[in-house]
Amino acid sequence: MSIKKHVKLGLSALALSVSFHAMAAEDPIKVGILHSLSGTMAISETALKDTMEMLIEQQNAKGGIDGRQLEAVVVDPASNWPLFAEKARELLEKEKVDVIFGNWTSVSRKSVLPVVEELNGLLFYPVQYEGEESSENVFYTGAAPNQQAIPAVDYLKNELGVERWVLAGTDYVYPRTTNKILETYLKDMGVAEADIMINYTPFGHSDWQSIVSDIKTFGSAGKKTAVVSTINGDANVPFYRELGNQGIASSDIPVVAFSVGEQELTGIDTGPLVGHLAAWNYFMSVDSDANYDFIDAWIEYKGDEKAVTNDPMEAHYIGFNMYVEAVEKAGTTDVDAVKDAIIGVSVPNLTGGYATMMPNHHITKPVLIGEIQDNGQFSVVWETSSTVAGDAWSDFLPGSRDLISDWRAPLKCGNFNVKSGTCGASAGEQALADAE
Amino acid sequence: MGIFRWLTPLCLKALHLNPLGLVLLMALSLPAYSQTEADPGQALLTNLADASSREMDAAIEAIVDSGDPRARDWLNAFGNNRLSRIEETGQVVEVLRNVGRNWTIADPLTGENLGEMSRRELDRVNINNAIRGKLEGVLAMLDLYSDNPEVQEAAAEAMMGKVNASVVKPLTKLLERDLPGPIRNRIEESVAIYQLEQGDAEAQAQAITVLTGSLHSNARAALNNAVAGDDPALAASAKEALVSIEQKLKMNRAAETLYFGLSLGSVLVLAAIGLAITFGVMGVINMAHGELIMLGAYTTWGMQQLLPGQPGLALILSIPAGFLVAALAGIAIERSVIQHLKGRPLETLLATFGVSLILQQLVRTVISPLNRSVTTPEWMSGSLVINDALSLTLNRMYVIGFALVVFAGLMLIMRKTRLGLEVRAVTQNRAMARSMGIRATRVDILTFGLGSGVAGLAGVALSQITNVGPNLGQNYIIDSFMVVVFGGVGNLWGTLLAGLSLGTINQILEPWAGSVLAKIMVLVLIILFIQKRPKGLFPQKGRAAEG
Repeated sequence: MSIKKHVKLGLSALALSVSFHAMAAEDPIKVGILHSLSGTMAISETALKDTMEMLIEQQNAKGGIDGRQLEAVVVDPASNWPLFAEKARELLEKEKVDVIFGNWTSVSRKSVLPVVEELNGLLFYPVQYEGEESSENVFYTGAAPNQQAIPAVDYLKNELGVERWVLAGTDYVYPRTTNKILETYLKDMGVAEADIMINYTPFGHSDWQSIVSDIKTFGSAGKKTAVVSTINGDANVPFYRELGNQGIASSDIPVVAFSVGEQELTGIDTGPLVGHLAAWNYFMSVDSDANYDFIDAWIEYKGDEKAVTNDPMEAHYIGFNMYVEAVEKAGTTDVDAVKDAIIGVSVPNLTGGYATMMPNHHITKPVLIGEIQDNGQFSVVWETSSTVAGDAWSDFLPGSRDLISDWRAPLKCGNFNVKSGTCGASAGEQALADAE
Repeated sequence: MGIFRWLTPLCLKALHLNPLGLVLLMALSLPAYSQTEADPGQALLTNLADASSREMDAAIEAIVDSGDPRARDWLNAFGNNRLSRIEETGQVVEVLRNVGRNWTIADPLTGENLGEMSRRELDRVNINNAIRGKLEGVLAMLDLYSDNPEVQEAAAEAMMGKVNASVVKPLTKLLERDLPGPIRNRIEESVAIYQLEQGDAEAQAQAITVLTGSLHSNARAALNNAVAGDDPALAASAKEALVSIEQKLKMNRAAETLYFGLSLGSVLVLAAIGLAITFGVMGVINMAHGELIMLGAYTTWGMQQLLPGQPGLALILSIPAGFLVAALAGIAIERSVIQHLKGRPLETLLATFGVSLILQQLVRTVISPLNRSVTTPEWMSGSLVINDALSLTLNRMYVIGFALVVFAGLMLIMRKTRLGLEVRAVTQNRAMARSMGIRATRVDILTFGLGSGVAGLAGVALSQITNVGPNLGQNYIIDSFMVVVFGGVGNLWGTLLAGLSLGTINQILEPWAGSVLAKIMVLVLIILFIQKRPKGLFPQKGRAAEG
């Protein structure tokens, strides 16, 4: 064998390894999307899947992250809570995704928690929730109760002079926890037991006659009354319809809702609802250029002039941009490096400000109160003067008052008890224990 | 012009509101401003748009006091959140159409249509509930002088609880005139509420006399406040008034609960009556029954899309259309699935459950996973007011009527037509019926189509009450089976009675136990009842029972 040949071989081997290396760099970043596309939750979650696909497409058009393209891996957990865990495992083990964006209901998140903790994945959760949780592997881009419920109650009390409260909700964990927090908060402010009415209804409740009539009676006791509604999705349409039919106008008894957004209103004739309220961190009607650009892109992506945007979509927008920035900062998609890099990252939100990832894996958000208009949109009537940082552990629940969450070294704990100085079980372990 | 004679004494500068000027000016022609002369409306609107929440009252009053004939339109536009400013020029415009990205705007001064403008370039003039409440009071005050008694009555109604120092004088003045009874009562009550809160002892005592008979919730609220107030004598008489009101209310509440019960019951009857045919008479466990209801509801939505602007007509046409769509779907299910599983109830249950999932996902994929908005026609929204404490919601009243009509129609078909006779013959003894020359297969198809079509009718009615979405049917399938089993399988009268009584029991329990517990209690009740009488309220007797 001549030297020439040796050189040739060596060169080609070198070339091969170089091209191999280049190919590795060209390997796409895999983004798992874990949203229900069928079953009951499809009504809310389909739009979030589309949002993620649009964001990924936009990022790829900009050249990806550090030259690497992104690739969406979509699975359908079909509104089936145990299936969420299976699909999350499939995404992490089989598809080897770098990050997951997904979930809507708390119960589905609790089902996924043990899996992402065990396999050390990353999950961005975009929906307002009841708090009382902070996992090392989850980033909560939706509102915690102190970023939605508490400011809304403050608004009703201070701006509208409300003294009597109806806490109405659907019978599951989010309304129950939120109402427990609100009840303590109201009582701490000196509201009497007799001035609080709490009512729970089953999922999809459609016969609101006697409840609305009760609210009417409760509201005729001489004090300004308001309804704080944690009624979930579908049940809202007949609820608002009944309010309209029984002649309860927003100027008599305003209803402030935490689960009614632009998307829910597309199924309702909003004429009789004008003036009722919702508390969110984003409204489609927000007057900012970032928002208008986002809406234009969304309408173009959907090819539907009537497509609406809503709060959880903004949460995904923020979460996705935070992830992009964190990967650029860390220079790798390695989960541990990204987890460390993302704390403190600030990205623009759609309301004209910035959102920052806090050490407890929650983000800062402005709180907006909007009134329903006759065109199915909200008009913002009040907002907090600055952004509010999400609080994982409520100050108004006895068990969680002393807990803090900080995922930076050296604490690295999601539920550190400042009184006893100990760190409790991880969120995933707790979810498993609760399930048993 | 009699209206002006009694209005004249109102022309007092001391009053904040001056409706006279407005009415007088309205009698004249529209003021025409020349090009050089600035329109005063411009300044008023700019002032309104600039006002901080504290200056808002003054800005609204300035518009009312100006006596401009266009004031009403401006305030209405403002109240409906339709005033915007053009960012660049600061001009205040009225938004005619605020859907989508480009809004249609008009000049509020001339009414001239200014075409479309991107909403990026418009700043809304914000309004909130507090201002809207005040605005309603101001507009109601203007409307009280209207010639149209309906407008006047609505205005008097809107005045309740909104009387303040500035309007109490003109209101008292108004009472000296000859007014229709209900309007007079309303105004008297609203003045009394104000007097009870602000007046001297004599006025307060008189106010309580006026309010004693009133069932209006604002009157009760005012009396409740008086009871909680500092004056013990006043508190005592207010308490007395409340006790007498409370007694009257009891009767009204009982009537209301009964109405609620009947209306929930009629919804249950509608949902179940189709099942009473397919399950009750034919013995087919059709888990896709709920989805047939859903198809009926979607037909209503489709009809409204086909006939935009005529929701009433579309709804009426949906009755036959919904029946047909659901009936055809039912027949397709019967031919493709159920007929092959005759006499195998477990397999039928599983197969039809699969069909129900397929239908749901089909709607999700083809139409949308989102709920569809079905408009309620004018004549079905609102309520029939019996008195201040009792009003019957119209959409529910129509549903009760519709349920009864559907029931009567089905009874007629089953009792008086040849099809009914054949159905009964085939279900009682299939072999015998066939040997008498009845084509059993054809009867099967028609019966199943009939039951499915009635489910479609239920969907048309439900579209006026609940969500029209892919999950609509799921919410009613369990209830439907519950009603049919409770009423006695195979008996239409049983279904009617079971539906109405379950609805009423549910509504009686609900305020007392909460809706979650009420539902559980009703279920427990049925389980206990079925233990005692396994064949339901009206068991079939004789040979039919063994067949």
